[in-house]
Amino acid sequence: MDSSPLILTLASIVLASTPLIIAVCGEIITERSGIVNLSLDGSMLMAAMMGFIVALETGSIWFGFLAGMAIGALFAFIVAFGSIRLRQSQFAIGFVLTLLGDDLSAFLGQNYTRIPGPMVTHYPIPVLKDIPIIGPIFFNQDIVVYFAFILVAITWFWLFRTQPGLRLRSAGDRPEAGFARGVNINFQRYLYTIVGGALVGLAGASYSLNIKIGWSEGITRGLGWIALAIVIFGGWSPIRGMFGALLFGATKALATYLQRTFPEVSVVAFNAIPWVLMILVLLLVGSDFTERLVTIAPKSLQKPLQRLLRISPPQALGSTFVED
Amino acid sequence: MQIELRNIRKYFGPVKANDGIDLTFEGGKIYGLLGENGAGKSTLMKILSGYQPQDAGEILFDGQLQNFSSPADALEKGIGMLYQDPLDVPAFSVKDNYLLGRDRRFVLNYQVASQELEEMTGRFNFQLDLQTTIDNLSLGERQQLELARLLVGGAQVLILDEPTTGISTEQKEVLFGSMRKLAREEGKTLILVSHKLEEVQELCDHAMVLQKGKLVGENEVPCSNETLVEMMFGRIPERSERPDAKFGDTVLELVDVQVPTYRLTIKNINLSIQKGEIFGLAGLEGSGQRLLLQACAGLLHPDHGKIMLSGQDVSGWSYHRMQNAGVGYAAAGRLEEGLVAGLTLEEHVELAKPKHSFFINRKELYKETETKIEQFQVVGSPVTKADELSGGNQQRLLFALLRDNLKLILLEHPTRGLDVRSANWIWEQLYLRREAGTAIIFMSADLDELFERSDRIAVFSGGVMSRILETKETSVDEIGHLIGGQA
Amino acid sequence: MNSGRWMRWVWPAVPIVGALVVTSLLLVAFGAAPLEAFQAMYDGAFGDQSKTLSVLAFWIPLLLASTGLLITFRAGLWNIGIEGQIVMGAIAASWVALSLNAPAVILIPLEILAAMLAGGLWAGLSAVLKTRGKVHEIFSGLALNSIAIIFTNYLISGPWQPPEGGTFRGTAPFQPNALLPLYENSRFSPLSLVLAIIAFILVVIALQGTFWGLKLKAIGQNLRSAFLLGVSSEREMILAMVFCGALAGLGGAVRTLSWFDSLRQSISGGIGFMALLVVMLSNYRIFLVPPIAFFFSMVLNGSITLQLRTQLHSSLGGILTELMVLFVILFGDWTKLGFSRKKEDDG
Repeated sequence: MDSSPLILTLASIVLASTPLIIAVCGEIITERSGIVNLSLDGSMLMAAMMGFIVALETGSIWFGFLAGMAIGALFAFIVAFGSIRLRQSQFAIGFVLTLLGDDLSAFLGQNYTRIPGPMVTHYPIPVLKDIPIIGPIFFNQDIVVYFAFILVAITWFWLFRTQPGLRLRSAGDRPEAGFARGVNINFQRYLYTIVGGALVGLAGASYSLNIKIGWSEGITRGLGWIALAIVIFGGWSPIRGMFGALLFGATKALATYLQRTFPEVSVVAFNAIPWVLMILVLLLVGSDFTERLVTIAPKSLQKPLQRLLRISPPQALGSTFVED
Repeated sequence: MQIELRNIRKYFGPVKANDGIDLTFEGGKIYGLLGENGAGKSTLMKILSGYQPQDAGEILFDGQLQNFSSPADALEKGIGMLYQDPLDVPAFSVKDNYLLGRDRRFVLNYQVASQELEEMTGRFNFQLDLQTTIDNLSLGERQQLELARLLVGGAQVLILDEPTTGISTEQKEVLFGSMRKLAREEGKTLILVSHKLEEVQELCDHAMVLQKGKLVGENEVPCSNETLVEMMFGRIPERSERPDAKFGDTVLELVDVQVPTYRLTIKNINLSIQKGEIFGLAGLEGSGQRLLLQACAGLLHPDHGKIMLSGQDVSGWSYHRMQNAGVGYAAAGRLEEGLVAGLTLEEHVELAKPKHSFFINRKELYKETETKIEQFQVVGSPVTKADELSGGNQQRLLFALLRDNLKLILLEHPTRGLDVRSANWIWEQLYLRREAGTAIIFMSADLDELFERSDRIAVFSGGVMSRILETKETSVDEIGHLIGGQA
Repeated sequence: MNSGRWMRWVWPAVPIVGALVVTSLLLVAFGAAPLEAFQAMYDGAFGDQSKTLSVLAFWIPLLLASTGLLITFRAGLWNIGIEGQIVMGAIAASWVALSLNAPAVILIPLEILAAMLAGGLWAGLSAVLKTRGKVHEIFSGLALNSIAIIFTNYLISGPWQPPEGGTFRGTAPFQPNALLPLYENSRFSPLSLVLAIIAFILVVIALQGTFWGLKLKAIGQNLRSAFLLGVSSEREMILAMVFCGALAGLGGAVRTLSWFDSLRQSISGGIGFMALLVVMLSNYRIFLVPPIAFFFSMVLNGSITLQLRTQLHSSLGGILTELMVLFVILFGDWTKLGFSRKKEDDG
């Protein structure tokens, strides 16, 4: 029962989704404060590289993670600084950083490719791991995986149930209102862009230290873009983002599985799904389809439905805030 | 608590928004602050509520000097402002919005929020759904919430900026009831910034009038509307001798038109304008004149009634279609809605042409632009950028861009910010147009201008259009009454 | 401030020099002498005729894409989807190459047409999603890029797989008639240069000399005012994207029919993103685009020799160009680095 191929596959999906889950939580925090960090893909590559090298050289996995977080935070800081202080385009800066991160990581990591390295130790949780089905999938993993799920809960709680979370969200939804209530908008944006960036860095490092051990050029390439997509079609909510990341991992696994039976179709269909979903969600956001849907639903369902379907972006996303 | 403002000054470049204002407010009273747009009311109130620092002058609470570092700081010290568009977060739930900035507690306590909100709504008879999100509420409900928040936050002085635009009559009654209660029973000071003389008369104890950055008058209220109007607009203009103009066929007709927007809906508009006629729209900002102009331009569409241009039903026509049919429109925000900063004069001239060739003939365009510059006396060259022009020249440019042989010209504040010479010159141009048969509808805050230039006038107040007046046969009294909202 | 005018001339060089300095530091950190490295890059670009021709051949599609982006940037659009437009152009050209048997005189124009059509339509899709669906072009661009790449992989490993089986590298080489005639033994196609020059000239004329170009400029600066002056923004935005996509598609055709001889997995080689960098670095000044694109081509091709000679990873070339763009974006506008603040008027 424990080791049926399905269970093993599901467990591996959970493992493979963790970097995405962490990165998505990080970017949600950043975007909720009003900044789009387009440098995700490059940040993750840099963090994967740095994390691995530092862990290898210092012999400590945790220094590796720290290094990854530092580099992720640095990239994010550049985006925030360039946007808030220098008043240049967030998109332009993030975009260049993404490309720079790719090339820089390839260059700096050139002497460390395909070297085996330290890896996060497996840490099954006693008792919980013996629960049928759920146990081996979720509780027979390692610390990073557990952290990812705890992070989702913490992010959700922070955003929606705490005062700091309200301040953060006001910076992204309506900075003028936040300012009137005593929120220092630019501080919020700096803070949470850096925190979000650190999480993205953590995600990148977790890839080279936990998923695909070691560094080689471009190992996380594409994940950052996918994380951006998931943030959107998860409606900027950590829980839906988590499901989005898991869904993505699942479709990838499904694609590999089906590839044996239907070689061509699977590749196209499943890899393209997150992207098609993202466009559909953005279309929904731009239209008033969801609002109309809510109005035709039975009265008692309207409020929960509205909360479920709330997928609009923070309204001040991407714009600068100038105090009087 | 007594509030004293001493010699408040605030300058934006050469503009003296507040030019040495001295005011005193006593607790337990309701004050009305009046003045047309640009008089300095909002600047003053923003200073008083902590949104902006003054350039000079002092604010004293009960004799103590105050310095506000932010609106939140001001609220802590007892003064809060309710904006016309309340500063809430539409995406937040009612409770989240209430709790934002409320205290330093880490975890949000929804129980406390519910209790406090319920207590507030009970006290003032607000009917609010506390379980929903802000963007599901009407403007009136959002105001009530914001009021509750300010009161709980410790406001002893409340400033309300145009609170009754866009709320229902019932909500207005509730609001006024709560204001009276706050002043009479709780000794708070209320300052109502308003355009509606009728409401100021109904609610306030004392009225203060600002004009061009200075305090020009105070009066106990209720008083006569004329007194207030006189203070707001300066001297009573002479009734002008208007030359009889010959009018042609009806060019524009509005039948039972209703134009809805989020904030304001104008209803029962019936209007008929003839060729060569100059029609003036009076009324204070936000009363609906702008909506009428935009509807006639095709920027907004009526959901009831018909708009006819030269006999044709154009109610649903787009702006560009109206443009091609001979309707010209010049907005008040010159650089925001009319000119493109960064583009040169000759580029504007080219863009505004009704017919274009594929290629731009730069040499010819230069000459054409030079001609227009001379004709409209714009200070600038064909390669000057629009944002490099002064305000007056920008207005001249906007005029130069209007097409020839238009049936109808719609103007928002055609001479705002212009010196007398430029303003006269603009009107010379408009008279030329009217002789050629163009009908002109314009809105203005300048009663002088309205009296001198219009053939007929209509007054807007709170979204309602008055009966149409022949300029020759009306007087300031009548205009004053109508602006105040009494038909 | 008299230094103001002096600054305006000198300052633009500062970010560039800064990038060179940082790159040199990187080289030193890895034990290479910067001058040697830059020399290696130069040799790699112009060392012999075949290398120079490679630089030219790489330059053409980059120039085409950059020229296209000038149109979309003028209209205020962020056409990140340009990668996908290049890919779709390549796919369309490949489809013609693989489906038809005809002499080159017929095949090549058809391929070019197909490529431009495909690239244009792919860009048009982004544009319509924006105008009708309010989907920001950055996100639709990212999505469509990925979908185009996925589609390529599907074709290469599926219907168009080479006879020896799908290896995900590329299709079988196209028939000689389908390929662009090359100069001697290089990858450079003189025809493509002619097309690129024509395209550039047409775009210059369109942007500077036509009414349509003026409309784009107005839209890019102030959408509302442009609308009130009579410009229909929807239509112009869609046209701008379509034209850019067509040029990008043409670039894709040049890649697949001259640089390569088949449809490959990374057919665009990042040229689309590079083109965005080129236009950003040129600060949207039209006549700087061809030389800057050439510079990019030189650096990137030269980096291969760099790798051979110094054992340092060829990504250094990319690093240099990207640092230049980053520094220019961050520090290029020296007025924004100062401490002057404009007060907003809100009486």
